[in-house]
Amino acid sequence: MVAETSKNISVTIRVWRQPAADQPGKFVDYPAKDLNPNMSLLEMLDVVNDQLERIGEDPIAFAHDCREGICGTCSLVIDGKPHGPHHGVASCQTYMRSFEDNSIITIEPFRAKSFPIVKDLISDRSAFDAIQQAGGFISIRTGSAQDANATPIPKDIADLAMDAAQCIGCGACVAACKNASAMLFVSAKVSQLGLLPQGQPERDTRVLNMVAKMDELGFGNCTNQYECSAACPKLISHDFIARMNRDYLAASFRTAFKPKPAASGGGGA
Amino acid sequence: MATLNSNVPPGPLADKWRTYKSNLKLVNPANKRKYEVVIVGAGLAGASAAATLSELGYKVKCIVFHDSPRRAHSIAAQGGVNAAKNYQNDGDSVHRLFYDTLKGGDYRAREGNVHRLAEVSVNIIDQCVAQGVPFAREYGGLLANRSFGGAQVSRTFYARGQTGQQLLLGAYSALSKQVGAGAVELITQHEMVDLVVVDGHARGVITRDLVTGKFHRHSGEAVILATGGYGNVFNLSTYARGSNTTAIWRAYKRGACFANPCYTQIHPTCIPVSGDYQSKLTLMSESLRNDGRIWVPKKKEDCKKPPADIPEADRDYFLERIYPSFGNLAPRDVSSRAAKRMCDEGRGVGDTGLGVYLDFAEAIQRYGKQVANRANLHNPSKEKILELGEAAVKERYGNLFDIYHEITNESAYKQPMRIYPAVHYTMGGLWVDYNLMSNVPGLFVLGEANFSDHGANRLGASALMQGLADGYFVVPYTIGNYLATVKPTSRPSTDAPEFKAAEENASSIVKRLLAAKGKEPVNYYHKKLGLIMWNHCGMARTKEGLEDGIKKIQALRTEFWANVNVPGSGDNMNQALERANRLADFIELGELMCRDALAREESCGGHFREEHQWPDGECKRDDENFAHVAAWEFQGEGNVPLRNIEPLNYEFTKMSVRSYK
Repeated sequence: MVAETSKNISVTIRVWRQPAADQPGKFVDYPAKDLNPNMSLLEMLDVVNDQLERIGEDPIAFAHDCREGICGTCSLVIDGKPHGPHHGVASCQTYMRSFEDNSIITIEPFRAKSFPIVKDLISDRSAFDAIQQAGGFISIRTGSAQDANATPIPKDIADLAMDAAQCIGCGACVAACKNASAMLFVSAKVSQLGLLPQGQPERDTRVLNMVAKMDELGFGNCTNQYECSAACPKLISHDFIARMNRDYLAASFRTAFKPKPAASGGGGA
Repeated sequence: MATLNSNVPPGPLADKWRTYKSNLKLVNPANKRKYEVVIVGAGLAGASAAATLSELGYKVKCIVFHDSPRRAHSIAAQGGVNAAKNYQNDGDSVHRLFYDTLKGGDYRAREGNVHRLAEVSVNIIDQCVAQGVPFAREYGGLLANRSFGGAQVSRTFYARGQTGQQLLLGAYSALSKQVGAGAVELITQHEMVDLVVVDGHARGVITRDLVTGKFHRHSGEAVILATGGYGNVFNLSTYARGSNTTAIWRAYKRGACFANPCYTQIHPTCIPVSGDYQSKLTLMSESLRNDGRIWVPKKKEDCKKPPADIPEADRDYFLERIYPSFGNLAPRDVSSRAAKRMCDEGRGVGDTGLGVYLDFAEAIQRYGKQVANRANLHNPSKEKILELGEAAVKERYGNLFDIYHEITNESAYKQPMRIYPAVHYTMGGLWVDYNLMSNVPGLFVLGEANFSDHGANRLGASALMQGLADGYFVVPYTIGNYLATVKPTSRPSTDAPEFKAAEENASSIVKRLLAAKGKEPVNYYHKKLGLIMWNHCGMARTKEGLEDGIKKIQALRTEFWANVNVPGSGDNMNQALERANRLADFIELGELMCRDALAREESCGGHFREEHQWPDGECKRDDENFAHVAAWEFQGEGNVPLRNIEPLNYEFTKMSVRSYK
């Protein structure tokens, strides 16, 4: 499908239009003519929107911000694939040269039960924030940290933690999964913090709480199809899901059999 | 006329912050929960402040226009974060970081503020590591460092090319912890559209819900703005599309002074504009200039030829020619201006003629031969040298070459990169004192939104440092000093007339935008504004150009309000309206930037006035007349703003000429 050309192209975009969360949506076709192949897909949407605004029509709402693949805001399903035809890039890093002249490009929002559509191509991914708030952190108070070099961390461990930490929180993993599972997203954070020595004290509670929140919010389960890591713009490995499952199991056992300390704290002198 | 007291404490430089901190007024723990602090923005500065203040016990409300605090543009910073840890044992110290930052800013920042920044830099690294930020490490498990511009030591901590992302996610995790614990109320997709001032004190903000279009009132004993920079006034920049000036601009119109608005940093190595549809420019790290050679054709007629067809003798390696001692590693402002001059002469390359080559052919040859030598390959073939050389360059810069390929569809191994300067940071911002409080009591401003620490030019890897310093380690102390003077739970009711008036002001702007029903889309005007700013208030500024720019912006402003077409209504999600609302403020800010650049009759850092240069083209500062902060004060619609002055008193450092010869 890739047209390696310097000639301008014209396409038809078939876009999901939905005025609001509680109203029905439908596909609408728009022509996009005489496009420089080095234009990004989002810039093509800008051009179409300028045309719509000029005649007083509602522009196509889509989520975007940094346009360099790091903020995780853009979230389009392009011709059926979250983030489009290319591997390891976000929607904003998709360029018109990837499409044939005169082709029809279908553009939809990320769809999942836990990502309700807000308008047109925008879905609500606040469920991800809720999962983070349930345990995606190390409880360190500002000002109480020890010297940064006090605990050496082997380079390979730090590098693996960084691989997981690269997640941009876009939700493509959920949109790509037939079960709308958030396991790749959750496992990336669980693994990053679980690999590092700083993350050990809360390792068990973290995985238990984050998974519980994920389930509560209606995300599905993992059935090992790995569509998630294939769609991930940062190519985060599904191995982290296996790592999280091990952590979860171990944490469940430890929590069930852990001796409970007598009530601590209280008044004192 | 505003009172601008810097409130930098007296005493020896190295003791100022420590002594001052020990003498700040405190709020007792039981009273802290009676104070509500409204924080706008959750990038590095906003998220770190929200997390820390709520840990201290204050009631915190954090408002962002993004759908999640993790989207803030701090996330896009690549290079790293500076800190005076001296882990490399290469002679770094707090004083050295202070001095480099002050000098890098061309002596236009406060000594006291910059020294404090250098002091707390070490705490930032400790804090981030404790949060689980996976910084790069050496094989022994200790933290790795690299060097950055303007420094002769290795003090930059980094996480691959995604340091900003990792630091932001660290601050976001701290914020999430506090939100989860119910200690911070997080409000997303709300844009701040006005500041509420009651009896001269900042007591709240008005926001517009970007999903429902409804206006909301938020009241507090103090307000913190951490809303980032305003480089999108140029339309094309390395900023995220959503980055805007609305929060600080509307605060300016409520009396907060805007300091040094003309100080803009233009980064020399960005991927050039490829067409008028373009929305965004992407940075290519400065590190590439270690090995890449920058050139343009000597002859205009060669500009459209493929670079390989231009013989060595017909190439002009202009940085090496003009700045023989620094060559391709000349500082950012100097390199940017030189590239612009080449293109102005008609020798720029690429379809638009606005680009210069960054060529790795020589580096590939050099590395290829080195590697072959080390591998004991005698008389290697040309192909072998090329293969080994490309591999060596890939190891150093592979991810940047990949990004370049994604955007341009060209391989920088086979042909030179085309690059051009682009706007990527604003040193100016709302005026703040040593406490990071603006001249409106109760209004604090953090991070890129304030003007404080970078003077007229920011060094690489210092933006992340400042954002986190402000949020984690400065404002949590200094805000207490202010709140201790305010009665607990004395925040006004949101029914107060000041709230009503502010909401009416914000909603009247929205109504006017929707009522214009003209002929052109918002982007049409943003592009026009961007061009005016770039041509008149960009890399090289002149008196005539700036005066002309002001007239053009005033005309554009009239045309915008008369002829913009914002479809739809104000009572639901309307992205055209969001853009129009922000652009209205950018247009006004653009005029102020030109005024500031016009009034500053000198060249310093990122501000280059062609009338004020040394014979060799370097910035010619005028310390006698311009060693001050210019803080502009709004005087009402249609009136010329007032230029207030805060003198910069250098007690400990000598202002010297920055030379790169």
